Amino acid sequence: MQFLRRHLNPLSFFAVSYLLFLYVPVLLLPLFSFNDDIYVRLPLTGFTLQWYKNLMNNTSLLSALWSSVQVGIGVSLVSTLLGLMAARAMTRYRLPGRRGIYGLILLPLVIPYMVIGVSTLVILRRMLDVDLTLWTVGASHVLITVPLSMLVLMARMEGFDRSLEEASRDLGDSAWKSFRRVTLPLVMPGIVSSFLLCFITSFDEYLLAFFLAGSDATLPIFIFSSLRFPNKIPDVLALGSLILMVSIVLVVFAEWLRRRGVSGSDSSVI
Amino acid sequence: MAAANTNSMISLRAVTKRFGNFTAVDAATFDIAAGEFFSLLGPSGCGKTTLLRMIGGFERQSTGEILIDGEPMGTRAPNQRPTNMVFQSYAIFPHLDVAENIAYGLANRPVDKATIARKVAAALEMMRLDGLGNRRTNQLSGGQRQRVALARAIVCEPKVLLLDEPLGALDKKLREEMQIELRQLQKSLGITFIFVTHDQEEALSLSDRIAVMARGKVLQIDTATALYEHPNCREVAGFIGNMNFLEGRIAGVEGGLAAIEIGDGQVVKVPANGQAAAGGNAILAIRPEKIDAHGSATAPQPGTNAIRARARASSYLGDRSLILADWRNGAAPVSVSLQNRKSLSGDGSSGIGIPGPDSELWLTWPVEAGVLLTS
Repeated sequence: MQFLRRHLNPLSFFAVSYLLFLYVPVLLLPLFSFNDDIYVRLPLTGFTLQWYKNLMNNTSLLSALWSSVQVGIGVSLVSTLLGLMAARAMTRYRLPGRRGIYGLILLPLVIPYMVIGVSTLVILRRMLDVDLTLWTVGASHVLITVPLSMLVLMARMEGFDRSLEEASRDLGDSAWKSFRRVTLPLVMPGIVSSFLLCFITSFDEYLLAFFLAGSDATLPIFIFSSLRFPNKIPDVLALGSLILMVSIVLVVFAEWLRRRGVSGSDSSVI
Repeated sequence: MAAANTNSMISLRAVTKRFGNFTAVDAATFDIAAGEFFSLLGPSGCGKTTLLRMIGGFERQSTGEILIDGEPMGTRAPNQRPTNMVFQSYAIFPHLDVAENIAYGLANRPVDKATIARKVAAALEMMRLDGLGNRRTNQLSGGQRQRVALARAIVCEPKVLLLDEPLGALDKKLREEMQIELRQLQKSLGITFIFVTHDQEEALSLSDRIAVMARGKVLQIDTATALYEHPNCREVAGFIGNMNFLEGRIAGVEGGLAAIEIGDGQVVKVPANGQAAAGGNAILAIRPEKIDAHGSATAPQPGTNAIRARARASSYLGDRSLILADWRNGAAPVSVSLQNRKSLSGDGSSGIGIPGPDSELWLTWPVEAGVLLTS
């Protein structure tokens, strides 16, 4: 009671409501995924693993999931590589027109996806006559994730003591070897963050995928189309719960990796 | 190898560095002998670090040439030069432990693992880091980090070790300890050290020779004693230690001595530096501790200068007393530093211990103690 009395004030109330508002809907997902009712409604009627079993046999859902994973991995690899190069150029060299280039790379963050989607569609179909596949989805996702990757990596590289690279050159490393032995290990936590951020962004993206996917649906597209059929919704809930679990594991892993990176570096590098 | 200057490890030939319109280093031309402890001394922004970085290959000179051990370095990268650097920030690799840091450069040499381990162990011992080989570098003290940076560089056995203000980040006591260690290390290794510092005491106590720099120019290169006793310009004189400047005009030159009229009819003599000519403007530079202060007029001794002054302020500093004396209206006061050899009476007023304000003084100094600077 002592505890409650001390902490019951309007601000605490606000904070708790805020957290509930954020996370209760997300937590309802696993709850209903075990509920023995094809409609999402209270009261709960009984426990079942039926929806998870259905999931294993839902080939179109699994293939959409696989498409999204493929696109996500490809996109995060390409974007992190491009982001790494851009971040290094931005933080390390005196580029002519640096601010202009920086702005252009970041621009996709503020252009509505609808505009990107429509214009890319017009160019690919009308002008270049390219077939719409997962490749076109991936290309558009690279466009929107490179700025994220660059920002994450620039934050990591900006506090970087340049004399560390000079020291490795001084001790006999070639430019490439110095990058591999000093820069890369120190930037690694940023690379992991960038990879995860790009993957999640691509995995989650609906609008561009909708415009550019052609016949291979990605997961968000499949889920959205499933919502028209009530009997498919429980499958989606089960899938959503699994994805939620994987996300939590990934975030915990990334945080663990980041802390390990921090404790291994001194204050001048963080 | 048998180059023209067999003795010089470093030869700088008109080395110049420009950043846009700004000349950071202006036609530096001098030699550094093998095994020498050589310091580049100057205020921040004088170009000393830029010059050091050009020798190490981190900056490319705009014009001029740098030779190390007779070989022109041209545009060689740092990893192609027989130099190693101790960075101001130490630049210890945070993702490696102490032993891995020290072994870093050896991995680029054609040596086997056993040799590397042996050399690292020897370096750890020499730098008094025994038992710290497996430490993470963020667990080290400032002095230990400093020694890791040193060990990492000297384990590569460079011909020249470049040190960029390596003691700047240490506290006073540790700095003094490291100065002694550095000097001993240099003596025992016999490696040429080039040491950049803005701390004149550090430079004076460590170096065989010192180059004093200002605004990108090398003003004077000499031993500590020569820089202190015979500065060649007002800037060097003012930068190293304290110095009084008495401005006047040369009344005449006779017998190797220049007579300088310093106003109010007072004339002082100073060894002529060869280029002194009668009628020209001149500055007489005299160190505060070379001047003696007398309470009453004494007959000027031959070979001694004497000027009249009035005490403005004085302070007792224990081992010495400092007196500020006005000697001419409008001129900067002369500061006089007196060793307190005799014990002073309690009120400090006896004799010339500490003259009271406004008391009349005679300031005297031997003629040869002054330095003539032609302006």
